[in-house]
Amino acid sequence: MPETATGLQRVLRHQLVWPVLALVVLLLVNVVAKPGFFDIRMQDGHLYGNLIDIVRNSAPVLLVALGMTLVIATRGIDLSVGAIAAISAAVACTRIVGAGDEGALTTAVMACTYALAVCIVLGAWNGFLVSVLGIQPIIATLVLMVAGRGISMAITDGQITTVHNSWFSDLATGYVLTLPLAFLIALGITALTALLTRRTALGMLIEAVGINPEASRLAGVRSRTIIWTVYAFSGFCAGIAGLVIAANTNSVNANSLGLWIELDAILAVVIGGTSLAGGRFSLLGTLVGALFIATLARTVNNIGIPSELNYLFKAVVVIAVCLLQSPKARSAFRVRRTGGPAVPAAPVLEKAGSPS
Amino acid sequence: MTQMDLQPANGPKASPDAPRPVVEMRDISITFGSVHALDEVSLRLLPGEVHALMGENGAGKSTLIKALTGVYTIDSGTVLVGGEEHEFSSPAASQAAGISTVYQEVNLLPNLTVAENMLLGREPRRFGAINVRAMNRRARATLESLGIDVDPTSELGEHPIAIQQLVAIARAVDVEARVLILDEPTSSLDADEVSKLFEVMRGLRDQGVAIVFVSHFLDQVYEIADRMTVLRNGKLVAERMVADTSQLDLVKLMIGRELEVLDRIDRKVSARTADESGSPVLKALGVGRKGSLEATDLELYDGEVIGLAGLLGSGRTELARLLFGADASDTGEVVIRSERRRLRSPRHAIDRKVAFSSEDRKAEGVVGDLTVADNMLLALQASRGWLRPIPQATRTKLVERYLQALDIRPADPAALMRNLSGGNQQKVLLARWLITDPEILILDEPTRGIDIGAKAQIQAKVAELAAQGMAVVFISAELEEVLRLSDRLVVMRDRRKIDELPNDDVTVSDVLEIIAGEAREEEGPRA
Repeated sequence: MPETATGLQRVLRHQLVWPVLALVVLLLVNVVAKPGFFDIRMQDGHLYGNLIDIVRNSAPVLLVALGMTLVIATRGIDLSVGAIAAISAAVACTRIVGAGDEGALTTAVMACTYALAVCIVLGAWNGFLVSVLGIQPIIATLVLMVAGRGISMAITDGQITTVHNSWFSDLATGYVLTLPLAFLIALGITALTALLTRRTALGMLIEAVGINPEASRLAGVRSRTIIWTVYAFSGFCAGIAGLVIAANTNSVNANSLGLWIELDAILAVVIGGTSLAGGRFSLLGTLVGALFIATLARTVNNIGIPSELNYLFKAVVVIAVCLLQSPKARSAFRVRRTGGPAVPAAPVLEKAGSPS
Repeated sequence: MTQMDLQPANGPKASPDAPRPVVEMRDISITFGSVHALDEVSLRLLPGEVHALMGENGAGKSTLIKALTGVYTIDSGTVLVGGEEHEFSSPAASQAAGISTVYQEVNLLPNLTVAENMLLGREPRRFGAINVRAMNRRARATLESLGIDVDPTSELGEHPIAIQQLVAIARAVDVEARVLILDEPTSSLDADEVSKLFEVMRGLRDQGVAIVFVSHFLDQVYEIADRMTVLRNGKLVAERMVADTSQLDLVKLMIGRELEVLDRIDRKVSARTADESGSPVLKALGVGRKGSLEATDLELYDGEVIGLAGLLGSGRTELARLLFGADASDTGEVVIRSERRRLRSPRHAIDRKVAFSSEDRKAEGVVGDLTVADNMLLALQASRGWLRPIPQATRTKLVERYLQALDIRPADPAALMRNLSGGNQQKVLLARWLITDPEILILDEPTRGIDIGAKAQIQAKVAELAAQGMAVVFISAELEEVLRLSDRLVVMRDRRKIDELPNDDVTVSDVLEIIAGEAREEEGPRA
């Protein structure tokens, strides 16, 4: 049946097939380990269960990864997102604590708005370093990655700040339409990002700059504005993630909030099929990647990996997924079976072999 | 000199009075797949001579050098070094035989000192550790013997490129080189730096080193070289003494066609006449950039095609880039529609309705992972800004129109750009600019490396656009093509404009004579 064959081939060639496959396999592993893993029950009009926990827990990583996807598409990287998340939480929490009416809705809204504005400014600072001063993204954002922790410590006076505002804690623990609010917010921002990049020309111009900066420059693309925009957007996303994380515990610990989240986010982007070399990006892939990361964290608990092997397990799974995705690795496995690989420098090699 | 020798020599004749060659390459052939990169080419290098290796792009110069330095393996033919047959399987083997190469791009380490660079990998040692003092002493001695005034303990990266180039030569000389190959050593040097380099080269030559000099600058070849070998399309054309060869002869040998045939090519210069009574649409006033172009004036009028003629490296591409703001100019200004300003970026030029298609299609034009449609619309979208996407209906209409008008295949807007052939990519790039509705179109080598059919289509399109009133600057290595399309010719050489003339029955040989410098006395050089 040639038609189904080409259909299958088309599916296999789709860039999302590997991340989705990896996610499905990981979920199946969980079901095998604990047959009740997929159980979802309804209680007080809310859904509960492992899957619900996974989507809820994926929210911060997904948020950070969205901004990261756009930054990576321009050949950049943003290491400062964890620190920005901490600053966002610190600003919001100190605003709430310091407000006249700590529990009011307006207090929560004002505090969050203020925090996000600060995050956009911080993102713009990264963009300034990268696009105007021409500093390598990894170094430019490393500055804020380190300094940002200090800033958030300064804002909270090094204390763990605890807030009592039910509206604020709803960000993490609230439910809307039976689903966790945090996940809905992350989905909403995903949709917003998709709208922003695919309904305007931003996505195409980001990709053009990431694929061929010089050709883009000669075509008149204002790459400086675009790079500035994506870093500011990444700051904004990290800010929301910080709010969600803080709301989960109703407190902010500037030392640990959002620690290493940049690495999870970069992983989610890469697993989702966006190349670190820049260029084409996939927001849907990033969504799958973030869900994968959250599922992986759950799996560690669920199948009872000893805590000391926790990180090792994660690393092995991630390497496996990355190899699976790499066309080079896949073809290397294939070539191993069929014989010697085709080397690009073939003419030279052929000559070396021929008698002269 | 009116009579010229177009007979390819069958190989250099061994003259009995000449000293024995250090290196003799005999009947070297190299094929890549089905392409004959070198076809029975011979080269002999004599001690104490500067030997220029001449030829246009793709003539086989660098292949020949790489065959000698062991980068490529030779299919057939022999290499004799000092009369002994050698087979170089690696660059190291070639170097051990006394053949040193300095490539165009200085490939040294800028964060090490001059001395460390010169002696990298063969540092003098003492008790197993590098003897820094001995190293600096040895480096200083070598530099002094070459007359290069550089502190061996200074960091290499602090010095200008010219000095780095000299250090690279010093490094090559330090390994007791019998043959020194300099591949385009002057391409990023200014006049003073070139004369400094030549001083060092003469010193080495007088010490008996055989020097191979590859350059596109004819004046420099005539200044420094004693003997030359001319290649064309992978074949040996001639080996001559420089003093016995006029520049015109040399250019003819390099371009090498039957001139009578060229002269008979029917040109299709249209009946359109440029309206030079009005003010020019674009005017360059003393536009120049250090190391790439001397201050140049140019006027471009509506509806005319200016052809920039000149050899590779003559400054034709550099001029085009300065007119578009792709490179920033050091001097002068570009006046577009009477608005004078210094162009600081392509953006400025595009806003003034200038379009520029780069000669380097792959690196500076094609966005390979985007679709054909996105590639076409990139420039228009860029000028609208990201907040104002081109409406879908307009997109479809524009893309369909140009897919048809330029006969782009596959005519699939969703195809990835990188999967198209060179000719079709070039047409998409042309469409990218035509969609922006430019008034000035600068095309640098728009037909290079594409098939005949696509070439003819692009030429026809250019003529059509000019007839509709567009001002076009057209650059091509193929003089016939330039002559066929242009109303006016600007002849470039050695990074400056040497002549400008209306294209009234100008022939290829006329242009060659101008390039060779023979017509300069009559016309008078223009600054």
